[in-house]
Amino acid sequence: MSNEPRLAEVRKNVLKQNDVVARSLRERFRAAGVLAISLVSSPGSGKTAFLEKTLTLLHARYRVAALVGDLATENDAERLARSQAPVKQILTGTMCHLEAAMVQNALEGWDLNSLDLLFIENVGNLVCPASYDLGEDLRFVLISVTEGEDKPLKYPTIFNSADVAIITKSDLAAAVEFDEALARRNIQAVRPGMEILKLSAKTGEGMSGFLQFLESRISRPPLPPRNKVTEIKPVARLH
Amino acid sequence: MHELSIAMSIVEIVQEEAERHGSVQVQAVHLRLGQLSGVVKEALLASYEMASEETLLAGSKLLIEEIPVEVMCPQCKAPRVVRSIQWFCCPECGAPTPTVLHGKELEVVALELCE
Repeated sequence: MSNEPRLAEVRKNVLKQNDVVARSLRERFRAAGVLAISLVSSPGSGKTAFLEKTLTLLHARYRVAALVGDLATENDAERLARSQAPVKQILTGTMCHLEAAMVQNALEGWDLNSLDLLFIENVGNLVCPASYDLGEDLRFVLISVTEGEDKPLKYPTIFNSADVAIITKSDLAAAVEFDEALARRNIQAVRPGMEILKLSAKTGEGMSGFLQFLESRISRPPLPPRNKVTEIKPVARLH
Repeated sequence: MHELSIAMSIVEIVQEEAERHGSVQVQAVHLRLGQLSGVVKEALLASYEMASEETLLAGSKLLIEEIPVEVMCPQCKAPRVVRSIQWFCCPECGAPTPTVLHGKELEVVALELCE
């Protein structure tokens, strides 16, 4: 016990395992021309409603799909499936965040070459997801007008880690006396230069601006209007 | 709270290193923890104790060096440490500073091993 301890240098990134998987995912997304976008927010900020609306609007012109992380229940995947886009639920059990390996597992059996856009909805949590790279091209952080303008100051780490801020539930802004200028100032304070978009999935306000932003990032041109096969589908169901 | 899974990764990394050194007992682990790593020091320390039980790290200390957030000031063209992570701007000239140079670290840098 009296021996002097020996100092051994190590230098190892604790999250290396996650980062390695994230890097390989990013390479796969790039190679397949898929724009991968993750969504982070606190629970109840409207991630799923926003995603449902987005998938529904994009489904006609782009090949979109989504992975949704939740601790339990497949409710979100069922809701999103109404958009007709392929959706897979990732159940994390007690885990409060998604890790790159979960995304990798969930993608098994999916042909990335047949996609233009992949959304990855993280577990509702503004703390833990900040530490984990999922291989996404862009990270969107959502903040609803009902949450208070100081959310960015309370959770600077995740806001700083994101690329785009989306202010959701804009239809409720007046009712809750949302101070948009203050919210924007707070977002810029923790992440100078961050793109900010404001919208309402419910009324559709701001959605066209958001879609324009997305389309400017998608590498492939939109598909021609849906072909006849898709149009016939509902008729076929009548028989 | 994801500090427990982080602590378990630390234990795994250190355990491997200690085995490479002949399965020696670990007295202390030196960790660099960035202010923007998303990991809470106190929670990590508590989790570390749990995660290291019954391993070569049992009873060892986790020594955390906190790394402040260093940004590049586009005006001064020099690295600066921000005064607060709620305000990413140059403490000298006040310019907004989007480029982060340091502060995301979460790395094991050294071990103290018993011979």
